[in-house]
Amino acid sequence: MRDFSYLRAASVDAARAGAIQPGAMLLAGGTTLLDLAKCGVATPDTVIDVTHLSGLSAIEVDADGARIGALAKMAAVADDPAIIAAFPAISQSLTLAASQQLRNMATIGGNLMQRTRCPYFRDPGTFSACNKRAPGSGCSAIGGVTRNHAVLGVSDACIATYHGDLAVALVAFDAVVEIGERSVAIDDFFLVPGDTPERETLIEAGEMITGIRVPASAGAGNSVYLKVRDRQSYEFAAASAAVSLELEDDGRTVRDIRVALGGVATKPWRARAVEQALIGKAIDAETVKAASLLAVEGAVSNGGNQYKIALAPRVVARAISDLASKTARTSGGQA
Amino acid sequence: MTRTIPLSLAINGKPHTLDVEPRVTLLDALREHLSLTGTKKGCDQGQCGACTCHVDGERVLSCLTLAAQVEGRQVTTIEGIAGEDGTLHAVQKAFIEQDAFQCGYCTPGQIMSAVACIREGHAGSDAEIREYMSGNLCRCGAYNSIVAAVREAAAAVSVNEKVEAA
Repeated sequence: MRDFSYLRAASVDAARAGAIQPGAMLLAGGTTLLDLAKCGVATPDTVIDVTHLSGLSAIEVDADGARIGALAKMAAVADDPAIIAAFPAISQSLTLAASQQLRNMATIGGNLMQRTRCPYFRDPGTFSACNKRAPGSGCSAIGGVTRNHAVLGVSDACIATYHGDLAVALVAFDAVVEIGERSVAIDDFFLVPGDTPERETLIEAGEMITGIRVPASAGAGNSVYLKVRDRQSYEFAAASAAVSLELEDDGRTVRDIRVALGGVATKPWRARAVEQALIGKAIDAETVKAASLLAVEGAVSNGGNQYKIALAPRVVARAISDLASKTARTSGGQA
Repeated sequence: MTRTIPLSLAINGKPHTLDVEPRVTLLDALREHLSLTGTKKGCDQGQCGACTCHVDGERVLSCLTLAAQVEGRQVTTIEGIAGEDGTLHAVQKAFIEQDAFQCGYCTPGQIMSAVACIREGHAGSDAEIREYMSGNLCRCGAYNSIVAAVREAAAAVSVNEKVEAA
């Protein structure tokens, strides 16, 4: 790891003022930045430690929804009783991510700023071509080993997967990212690669995420994060789905549904076509299966990741079906 | 030119001062600067858990923590969990009792993780222990014995707490 200067920010304003300098990077939990610095991907001249700032780690839940401070730890949010009750998919997405050590370190703001796990991106010593690292240098993944690469939102410049879990749940809930004075809808916060894969979020130099707001929604309390992966724990998603579901009083007709995908796209992926296909419909296995196939509309395989196109709809269908049968049981209706 | 920064760290209840480059991790500070070599370096990139320590009582990976970040925090390492008279911690006893290691290299990290896992209340069943210990890899594959040791230690800690409360 190349050496750098270390500054401890005394205030959010001081952190922003420092972060706008060329070569400066904000350091929170360190689980992404120090990892990437060791890989040689991140080469900060100055690291600005924001972990000693106070007042940015509150978790508040009320009738309007939740507000989570940017420095709240993943573990704290995962175990927060009010979050578990109001937004179970958020708690589950965090509990199923990383390990407890990493969840004790990593912050919610830092979680949104994590970079892709694309092995070509993370290995500049072996693979010089990476449009995300070095714009215009090419993509080593296309034509390479692509088992874990994205099938949705890809471009000719980049097929790196967004592998995070929390943001998938947040996209389903229409969360808002607070960046100081401005607020950005989370679906807009994350960018597809297009011709500029080096740009992954709307964050500008000198900006810092200060919190996340999650608006209350009817189905939020009846939500799930289902993560399918190569090993049972401490592994990134092969495919995942965050789903919330509200049924009509008959216990079988969909009043509202939110569906988002992880592990298969270049950003946390809202599957609105699946939602539209199910709203107003009675839930049964065939309807859910047909609607879930819409989750991978427009998917493009690059070889080894072909299986994701088959897997993702099955994960979505299982998440919806599990929620529907649970809802029907609790409301006494027939599924 | 090497630039160093002065740090004061509280480790296992004792103050330490050192001068290190800003990039020095807590792991390297412990091992290379303070001769506390009980904490092990495995992957050095946050994937294996061998370097697990406690900061303010919570388990973290010292390989992805800068030494500078823990100034003002309480750091506990494997050297700091036995009693002052050398009495082993319940988790240490259980690892010996259950033969929960082979080569032993991952063991300090496993034990630090297990101590925290039990304190967090995440050792309620074998399935929960496996999930919450998944950040600690064991290349020898002693997992079944590790789960047994955590289960045994969790029961012992629970009994001790009841005795102390009585």
